[in-house]
Amino acid sequence: MKKTPGPIMLFLLLCIGLLAIFPLVGDDFYTELITKIMILSIFTISLDLLIGFTGLISFGHAAFFGIGAYFLAIFFQDAEQINYWWALTLTLSGTALASLIVGWICIRTSGIYFIMLTLAFAQMFFYFFFESPHFGGDDGIFISSKPDLSIAAEELVDLGNEHHFYYFVLTWMVAVYLFLSMVLRAPFGYILVAIKANEQRVRALGYSTQYYKLVSFVIAGTIAGLAGFLEAAHTSFVTPAYLSWHESGIAIMMVVLGGMGTLFGAVIGTFAVVFLQDLLPAITDHWQIIMGGIVIAIVLFLPNGIAGALYSLHALLNKKGLAKADADD
Amino acid sequence: MTDSILRTERLSKHFGGLRAVDNLSISFERRKVHAILGPNGAGKTTLINLLSGELQPSSGHIYYEGQEITNHTPEKTARIGIGRSYQKTNIFTQFTCLQNCWIGAQTMLRTSMRFFLPASRLRQVRMQAEKALESCGLTEKMNHAASSLSYGEQRQLEIAMMLSTGPELLLLDEPLAGMGSEESTAVVGLLRELAKERTLILIEHDMDAVFAVADTLTVMVNGAELETGSVEQIRSSPEVQDAYLGHRDRTER
Repeated sequence: MKKTPGPIMLFLLLCIGLLAIFPLVGDDFYTELITKIMILSIFTISLDLLIGFTGLISFGHAAFFGIGAYFLAIFFQDAEQINYWWALTLTLSGTALASLIVGWICIRTSGIYFIMLTLAFAQMFFYFFFESPHFGGDDGIFISSKPDLSIAAEELVDLGNEHHFYYFVLTWMVAVYLFLSMVLRAPFGYILVAIKANEQRVRALGYSTQYYKLVSFVIAGTIAGLAGFLEAAHTSFVTPAYLSWHESGIAIMMVVLGGMGTLFGAVIGTFAVVFLQDLLPAITDHWQIIMGGIVIAIVLFLPNGIAGALYSLHALLNKKGLAKADADD
Repeated sequence: MTDSILRTERLSKHFGGLRAVDNLSISFERRKVHAILGPNGAGKTTLINLLSGELQPSSGHIYYEGQEITNHTPEKTARIGIGRSYQKTNIFTQFTCLQNCWIGAQTMLRTSMRFFLPASRLRQVRMQAEKALESCGLTEKMNHAASSLSYGEQRQLEIAMMLSTGPELLLLDEPLAGMGSEESTAVVGLLRELAKERTLILIEHDMDAVFAVADTLTVMVNGAELETGSVEQIRSSPEVQDAYLGHRDRTER
């Protein structure tokens, strides 16, 4: 419900601008890494809808990421040509259905029970793929071709081209951010934020909060499925590890470090965590200890995450600006 | 027969061995202020929770406008026009006052499952939320965070939130609790104003306020109805004197 202040909006636009020119100047290794981060960001933004806006702490969100990836892999592993539109529609409807079923059950609980149930479902899906010989088992599945993004036989983007894929994912990330911003500004979003603040009161005012939570869960699950689809298309490979609870846990960490309830904070958190995972091992073998220290420090000193720090900085500068204006009078 | 809007029939709520509400049959008349009195633990708040759907009765029935609503959920009860306020302030503390009432006012939409247009464009909702704030004297605090309000103002916001849904019947659980005398006077005035167009069911310990606004009084003791009548009847009833008002007199004098 709170508006993003102008300067922060400007900062975000600047970041998008930097991302847009990066492949032109940066090297290919980092172009590919950032593609991966942006796909993960789509996943963590969707988790922020649950954690930061609806107050549902899902510890099994990676399940939908994995299910999205597997939908592409299972139906198109041997296809010589993958019709992007058809594959995307199938994947999104499949993950929407999966999150509807899981959500319908989990939403009946709250607090620690909700966390446990989402975790249990994710583990079920994980072992389902891990132990099923038809779906590749623990080896996973290779996909032999890239989705073909064409309209009327005209290829729009060559998804086999790393640079094209980068811009394709960047577009999706911005689109998902804008979509969720829109949803959160709409009447539906107001109710979600109120549910997070005080669910019992929202019920007393006349809302069937269960349905709102369920719809939020399905939206988040479907977007996670989209991220999984992109990841599978990017690497041409899926593995049960996509659904593991490690992935769910790291995603929560990314959202919390970046700042819950801001959407863009999830993206910042994802970039921060992946870059740290990339940079720290070069410094020391015991980088996990440093990583843990950084997480603890951010949680203790920046309780609202990196995005929260940006907001505080903005408020501080504003106050200084006002003080200066007063002094000038 | 009088024009009853809400009626309970042999309504009971037991918590284990405790009969919090015991075999209560009361009829609440339309456009009247019906106050519920009784010592602490008499089951007044339990009764309100049963009427608002927040508790399910152990036995008995509740009828609203002739329809049975005994097993309605809180959201269903609110949707048919029964609003409530809480004894313990129950607001969205990190929201502004306007946002608090906005959530209530948005119930005027058939559904809030709307995903595309910004909610801020809903003029009708804004007007209803602002009207609710205005009637509770909070217009100036509209954009203040609820957490920054004084205790009395938060109590007023509690009532404003209830009004923002545009209810026909109001369940007020100690609306004056903890208010200063000036705020109290303002809220008593507001209750009088509300009573012109709506039905009020009121729990309140402030006797002066109750006698000033109530048309009918019910005295409850140990979950059961002791007596129901007009202000005069209750004031002069020896049983009530003994069970409730009497105690009060003795301790105060």
